Amino acid sequence: MAAVAERAQAAVEVVDLATTPLRELNQRLHDLAGGAPGPRHWRIVNPSGAHAVACGLDAEIEVEIDGHVGYYCAGMNKLATVRVHGNASTGIAENMMSGRVEVDGNVSQSAGATGRGGLLVVRGNASSRCGISMKGIDIVVGGSVGHMSAFMAQTGCLVVCGDAGEALGDSIYEARLYVRGSVASLGADCVEKELRDEHVAQLRGLLAAAGVDADPADFRRYGSARQLYTFKVDNAAAY
Amino acid sequence: MCGIVGLFAKSPEIEADLGRHLAAMLVQMSSRGPDSAGVAVYRNPVPSGSSKLTLYSSDSTERWGAVRDGLCDAFGTCAEPAVRASHAVFVVDADASDAERWVRVSRPDLRVMSAGQVIEIYKEVGLPEKFVKAFALEDLQGTHALGHTRMATESRVTTEGSHPFSTGFDLCLVHNGSLSNHNRLRESLRREGIEFQTENDTEVAAGYLAWRLREGASLEQALDGCLEDLDGFYTFAVGTADGFAVLRDPIACKPAVLAETDEWVAMSSEWRSIAVLPGAAEAEAWEPEPGVVYAWEKALV
Repeated sequence: MAAVAERAQAAVEVVDLATTPLRELNQRLHDLAGGAPGPRHWRIVNPSGAHAVACGLDAEIEVEIDGHVGYYCAGMNKLATVRVHGNASTGIAENMMSGRVEVDGNVSQSAGATGRGGLLVVRGNASSRCGISMKGIDIVVGGSVGHMSAFMAQTGCLVVCGDAGEALGDSIYEARLYVRGSVASLGADCVEKELRDEHVAQLRGLLAAAGVDADPADFRRYGSARQLYTFKVDNAAAY
Repeated sequence: MCGIVGLFAKSPEIEADLGRHLAAMLVQMSSRGPDSAGVAVYRNPVPSGSSKLTLYSSDSTERWGAVRDGLCDAFGTCAEPAVRASHAVFVVDADASDAERWVRVSRPDLRVMSAGQVIEIYKEVGLPEKFVKAFALEDLQGTHALGHTRMATESRVTTEGSHPFSTGFDLCLVHNGSLSNHNRLRESLRREGIEFQTENDTEVAAGYLAWRLREGASLEQALDGCLEDLDGFYTFAVGTADGFAVLRDPIACKPAVLAETDEWVAMSSEWRSIAVLPGAAEAEAWEPEPGVVYAWEKALV
């Protein structure tokens, strides 16, 4: 019996969103939370831009999605690995807690927004507000990111192998930004910082984890100058 | 919210089925705009010297034959109108401004939805799916088209307040977003002789383009001007007799996706609308950059 159960776990569960309601798919994925028995490998076909595909997962499973997805795919992800073989719209991996989300194509705005942990890998470009208010997530973008990326970023790393758009890192806190290409402009209180050995080591680890072939020495580091109101000790009494 | 779609045919097959593809795209945008739906379809150009009017009547028993008789008396020949639900398309043996003026003076109870030589505009309150059926949208062929599904925010849900808006011959604009300087801009455009039929912000953007085009700007120049002169959030899709263009404001909060194959160019608020087109899975797809004008033109036969 154990062998049968093992085989069932190794088999790939295919779900066709052209015929299966999205809520049914997401419910089946949610039912695996807390290590409950069930398929560990899933393949979702015909997403056709649907929103909230594979949202709110809380299990060590692998989900492959063949095609483009809509808003908030893999949002709030915990433990799971979700791979999108296509493009993703607004808010991919929004508020991710842990696990890994990978997108082969491009992603729209607010990728990885407010993410608290885990790794988001975008092979193509990310548009505006990538990593907005990130709180511990690591984001590696193979291409470029749009304007206002890492706005109010708190912790975690944003790695950009291409270029960054205007106002990078505006009002940033402790997050680390690594950009290989050009930066159109830096946002308020965001400055270039020295790339020390510890940063090169961190960057090497992130690039390796993302499976991106790039030399850490080619990147420049940006972070907070800590000059805005919130950083002034004189203002602490206001709270 | 609101959903906008645009489809530009690059092959005769897509032209023949334009209405069916447009309808499928529009229905996908129902959740973004369940209050009303509308389309502008560019089709069957009339010969120079003639013009085409799309008229709307709020009277479901409207006798369109009487309107035709009036147009015949004023301008000579006028073919039987093509009636679709509450709208009728007339081909008039006069230029568009004369034909439009006649309707405004002689039949002020009717509303001119569009005027020009190529454009036809249809719009109505209610779910996109009902609109598609009532107007037999799937039967239409054409070269390019725009569509809009509305979730009303700044003005009432009426046929008149539905999009698309046309304030110039063969010109049409659909909009997702909101403009903040439309009142003042409307006043300055009125002084330039641009007429407005509603208090809607989108109509002002359409009027602005009409004014710039009238002053000799190309479509791309007119859209570049929007970046300077319009304040607010917008993703625009614009149609002219032979062109189709897309523009997002520099902040780009409002969504847009573009896709292109050898057969068509499509734009939509969301991928869902493009996924229903033939060959969508293999299409080149991208998000339009903020503040960049994307334009396609078609040689008129």
